[in-house]
Amino acid sequence: MIEVVRPGPLATVQDLGRPGHAHLGVPCSGAADARSLRLANRLVGNAEAMAAVEFTLGGGALRFHDAAWVAVAGAPVPLSAGGRARGMNAPFHVPAGTLVELGMPARGLRSYLAVRGGLDVPVTLGSRSTDLLSGLGPAPLAAGDRLPVSAPSGLADIEVDVAPVPDPPEVPVLRVRPGPRDDWFTSGALATLTARPYEVTPESNRVGVRLDGAALSRARDGELASEGMVTGALQVPPNGLPILFLTDHPTTGGYPVVAVVAAADLPLAAQLRPGQRIRFAVAG
Amino acid sequence: MTGMAVRRAGDAALLVETGDLATSHRLNAAIRDAGLPGIVDIVPGEGTVLVVADPAAADLDRLAARLPELPLPERAAALTPPVEIPTVYDGADLDAVAELAGLSREEVAARHAASTFTVAYLGFSPGFAYLTGLDPALHVPRMDSPRTAVPTGSVAIAGPYGAVYPSQSPGGWRLLGRTELTLWDVTRDPPSLLQPGTEVRFVVKEAR
Repeated sequence: MIEVVRPGPLATVQDLGRPGHAHLGVPCSGAADARSLRLANRLVGNAEAMAAVEFTLGGGALRFHDAAWVAVAGAPVPLSAGGRARGMNAPFHVPAGTLVELGMPARGLRSYLAVRGGLDVPVTLGSRSTDLLSGLGPAPLAAGDRLPVSAPSGLADIEVDVAPVPDPPEVPVLRVRPGPRDDWFTSGALATLTARPYEVTPESNRVGVRLDGAALSRARDGELASEGMVTGALQVPPNGLPILFLTDHPTTGGYPVVAVVAAADLPLAAQLRPGQRIRFAVAG
Repeated sequence: MTGMAVRRAGDAALLVETGDLATSHRLNAAIRDAGLPGIVDIVPGEGTVLVVADPAAADLDRLAARLPELPLPERAAALTPPVEIPTVYDGADLDAVAELAGLSREEVAARHAASTFTVAYLGFSPGFAYLTGLDPALHVPRMDSPRTAVPTGSVAIAGPYGAVYPSQSPGGWRLLGRTELTLWDVTRDPPSLLQPGTEVRFVVKEAR
């Protein structure tokens, strides 16, 4: 069992979410940076889809009441176990009673702490993930919460000492594919989108990254009939500033999507923090 | 089937333009029936169907060619049984809606209960179904300032749509009444009583 001593600014339980229910209004949810969740799980020999803790801006502390194997991936944080420094992207063993503490990341936003066996909180619609838009899944973690861990039976051996992972770039470039509603915008809108950096605003969360920068101009008035939305969509409300949908995004929307971020770049999008600048580029 | 444009929505999804809601529901049913490999989500909209796929398991270009060719069922509504929603018409906005519509409270309730609705699509929150078929006399704008908490089971209207709040949430729709029917239950399969294409009627129930 793991006890939450401090959750930091925001910590939630995340796995790979609940895809397949979007037609019922259920967001996919799951780890915003699924690549880092998968890596943290692999490092401790878990299946990639097992549930772990998603920390936002680090700052958390967990007490391990039982001995466990642990790994942290994603936004690089200063990390300690029982007061001894530990490395990112590397499995380490903690004896019973150990306090694992995360500092604040110098870059990036979300760090994933996986424990061998996976977190065993209740499953809702096939997933243990906290969905902050719809309220499905467990509440965000609070001090005193106790997280059960599944018995690590039938898992792969722990074989990797450390996985080489590049630091998140200072000004990430997110590749986009135009559409599906680029024809709702003036012909220069994509050039505007890709010409200069946008700044991430503090209103950003797991639903979406809100951006400040050059507004995109509409080529037509009127309202778009509501349609299904994908993760990575750059949805453009009437003020012309795109909102980049992350994993808790609503399943349908009525604002046109000018372009969609490449799936391979979604982990970068999930690591954007307020005040940071990013650029967009049309995928070649 | 011809004339359906297919747009790309990123690396992993296609947005099919069906042109109207009924065709969206028929295509939705056809895709679910076809058992195509690698399909993750199928989301009907008013004039579209979004198809999300796993690019590792589905070739998006081939899928884009295939979707407009699928044979469509005659009518999608027959796939789920119609749902009757017993409703007590004592909502907080009944007077305001009556005034906006130039009707009495009783007439508002009667017209709402006389409409045959169809679930257009779900969104906003899990199990929240946008219902089309609302009597045009009851098309009223949503509230200027949304409520922070609308109770579960609230029967509401806004613009051309009807809805029932499946769980407590913020909301700006006008409240006509309430039902005790459980629309959303995560332990049920499917969790939502209402699916895209389901026919819905409201039945007047006297308050006890």
